[in-house]
Amino acid sequence: MERRVFLKKLVVTAAVAAAIGGTPSVYAKDTVKVGILHSLSGTMAISETALKDVALMTIEEINAKGGVMGYQIEPVVVDPASNWPLFAEKARQLLTQDKVAVVFGCWTSVSRKSVLPVFEELNGLLFYPVQYEGEEISKNVFYTGAAPNQQAIPAVEYLMSKDGGEAKRWVLLGTDYVYPRTTNKILRAFLHSKGVTDADIMEEYTPFGHSDYQTIIAKIKTFASAGKKTAVVSTINGDSNVPFYKELGNQGLKATDVPVVAFSVGEEELRGVDTKPLVGHLAAWNYFMSVKNPTNTEFTKKWAAYAKAKNIPGQKDKPLTNDPMEATYVGIHMWKQAVEKAKSFDVDKVTVAMAGQTFKAPDGYTIQMDAKNHHLHKPVMIGEVKSDGQFNVVWKTKGPIKAQPWSPYIPGNEAKKDEPARMAAKK
Amino acid sequence: MQNLLRALVLVLGLGVTPLAVAALDAGLVSQLAFGSNDEKIAAIRAFVERGEASATPLLTALAEGQVQTSGERVLIVVDEAATDAVTGEKLASLPETRDDVIVNNRVRGAIANAVAALRLLAPQRDVRVQAVKELETGANVAMLPLVKRALEKETDAELKAALELIAATIQVKSGDKAARLEGIRALAASDSPGTRSLLGAILLKDKAGKFVEPDAEIREAAALSMKAVQGRLAWGERAGLLFAGVSLGSVLLLAALGLAITYGLMGVINMAHGEMIMIGAYATYVVQNLFRAYAPGAFDFYLLAAIPAAFIASALVGMALERSVIRYLYGRPLETLLATWGISLMLIQAVRTIFGAQNVQVENPSWMSGGINLMANVVLPWNRIMIIGFAALVVIAISLLLTRTRLGLFVRGVTQNRAMASCVGVPTGRVDTWAFGLGTGVAGLAGCAISQIGNVGPELGQSYIVDSFMVVVFGGVGQLAGTVVAALGLGLVNKLLESWSGAVIAKIAVLVFIVLFIQKRPQGLFALKGRAVEA
Repeated sequence: MERRVFLKKLVVTAAVAAAIGGTPSVYAKDTVKVGILHSLSGTMAISETALKDVALMTIEEINAKGGVMGYQIEPVVVDPASNWPLFAEKARQLLTQDKVAVVFGCWTSVSRKSVLPVFEELNGLLFYPVQYEGEEISKNVFYTGAAPNQQAIPAVEYLMSKDGGEAKRWVLLGTDYVYPRTTNKILRAFLHSKGVTDADIMEEYTPFGHSDYQTIIAKIKTFASAGKKTAVVSTINGDSNVPFYKELGNQGLKATDVPVVAFSVGEEELRGVDTKPLVGHLAAWNYFMSVKNPTNTEFTKKWAAYAKAKNIPGQKDKPLTNDPMEATYVGIHMWKQAVEKAKSFDVDKVTVAMAGQTFKAPDGYTIQMDAKNHHLHKPVMIGEVKSDGQFNVVWKTKGPIKAQPWSPYIPGNEAKKDEPARMAAKK
Repeated sequence: MQNLLRALVLVLGLGVTPLAVAALDAGLVSQLAFGSNDEKIAAIRAFVERGEASATPLLTALAEGQVQTSGERVLIVVDEAATDAVTGEKLASLPETRDDVIVNNRVRGAIANAVAALRLLAPQRDVRVQAVKELETGANVAMLPLVKRALEKETDAELKAALELIAATIQVKSGDKAARLEGIRALAASDSPGTRSLLGAILLKDKAGKFVEPDAEIREAAALSMKAVQGRLAWGERAGLLFAGVSLGSVLLLAALGLAITYGLMGVINMAHGEMIMIGAYATYVVQNLFRAYAPGAFDFYLLAAIPAAFIASALVGMALERSVIRYLYGRPLETLLATWGISLMLIQAVRTIFGAQNVQVENPSWMSGGINLMANVVLPWNRIMIIGFAALVVIAISLLLTRTRLGLFVRGVTQNRAMASCVGVPTGRVDTWAFGLGTGVAGLAGCAISQIGNVGPELGQSYIVDSFMVVVFGGVGQLAGTVVAALGLGLVNKLLESWSGAVIAKIAVLVFIVLFIQKRPQGLFALKGRAVEA
């Protein structure tokens, strides 16, 4: 016991020495720090808190198996409080004060855009676990969530198909920031390419944290009664989803009449909602908790046990996993594998080693990090809400598909390279 | 509504199961369970064409996700008890390996329509009403025999009219021109958005600008009927918008009423007002959890207990705040502002520490879910109706309190002339505390109401503080009537703008309007006449 305390002291002293010494490549002996940058309060806490917890679980799991190259991982958790400029501040703190080897974090694109210059300036490494709008490849970021062609486009194609209800008229509804705006720009171009005219597309935005969806749902109802099958594509983010789905249920807009497909609503966001009136509404992701395979069974069991052991509010009684949690889990494991391959925590060496990494993921496939574009190859699944808040997978791709961060539906993207631009030019 | 439906399903299910021993067509059942979606829909159609009402329990179970297969066998599994779907016999034990039969929206839609069609002949009137509503738009040609039979048997005039409309929609979908014309003309009497959809489809143009429907006569008839339906629907939309405006207004009113007392009457700029709302919402959450833990049977009535609890919790915090901080700062608005703002941050952090940073779930009691169908295209949700009523009650109660009671008299006396009130023996210090407690208690009531429609989290109050000040300043400081008019007015304007320009622009436009208004008329809508309050 005493020896352990002594050792701990030694480690702390070493860490302090390293911090004062200021040489970034020197780490305290036997531990390596990683940053976790997720909002634990504010409008995004509903989605991001679980990502922090799953990251801690994965780290504990890796540590129990001997850590990374013999180093125990020491997580540094910070709370940027759904405040976008604070994300950049906290990122800078993680990289310069805590000197973390890697950061797992962000949910909204606006938070990622806010930290991006910090990571590029200080040459840090960020793993971003959420589906997003594409239009970005940074050499300092690995994207373990979906690009538009791995989520948004297949979802719309499904709704156009016979089984999806052959939708001809579209409502693009989102929260007012970069992800919904860009996704809807891509979707509009995609819909045009399928012969849908502007008259058949309605675009609507609400502020973050919006809670009164009466008029918007009334508008959707009116728009939907024009003689063509109508579908809603929702990119609403954060806790606004709860009042949105409540209003949808109260106003009796059923999935068989006007299906709503959401890109940011998973098992976690539906936790507080009575899902019985919502049966049949859709979500497109690359993983659902209900997916049946041994890896997923193990993953969900592990999470349930962890939530219970750590007494995580909500999760301990009803443990739920979702797509960004799976992406976080995959990302941390892939980083570990890359570090071991590179035999170093150095950002540039790890980045090189990340190319082509594979991992047997809970989505049921062995998924691969693309050799060049920093995005994962992922399977696409479309699920319908069940009365218990879980999803039935009604459609999925045959296997993982490659990400196209530069959407072909945005003009000018043809010339862009499918890999990060060289930083050499800048130096 | 949903519950009613479920109860009906259950009643029907129980009523029908003994008959279902007569066995369904095994071929169709297995097609339903194992076939592709197209085959499933064909099987559903076949059941409807034969008018087999005994298939209803199987179909509803399929839509509810209660159908499983075990080898060749098709089972309905409810609460770990399985019945054979073909013969209806109960299984002694659940087979080990079972697969879910997954249906998607398309199949579920077909099932809903089929079940409704099969229920048109049900003996209970409510079941038929529900069935007719379901079929308003989804009827297809396969249902014509059932609809005709129902028409012959139906004695209720209202239902008969609705059935005739359904028959008309089927006629419109048929191939015969005369029948279609007849159907289209009959549909002019309809008031459902589904009809607009159906008629709109006839009037569509393709990309080249040519009509999809080649027959001009049919198009003309459709345009005529469309006009009649549109007119009726437009009224519904206006009513819906009005309701949304009043509903938002009632929320604003509740949020601002407490402030109208503390700021309007007492002149205290209380930046922690939003947090009083938040405390009320959390009090509701606590009461809800207590009910769930100790009296789950009475869960539906937790709100009745939550209302006084929210009031008392916020009032106590408010009074403590007044006694400990604000009373030392009367007459120093800037210091009050800073001090209360600091307190608001402390309260947020305290709640975050106690309850966690994440939103907490406050469930609606079942009688507040769903809504009334005012018109075919207007549903008024119960929770919003209740809040409007609640806001009205609170306004009445406060105005009575201020004008008819001794406390109200003292409050008015103290705000108008503190020195004189003190001279005639009014305990001004205590009156201040009571008045402040009243104001914050009302904010707690607002929190209780808001917990029923929005999210409950530590930052809840932040989103209402600006709106509350806006309403009080716009209405005129020191005037209850002004607050009421301002809240309803802003609610209506906001919703009107929202329907016209979107939520983001509407919010900006309202703020710009208020800034301009206050420039022109700093005293607000209703100004106190005579001597100024701040003497």
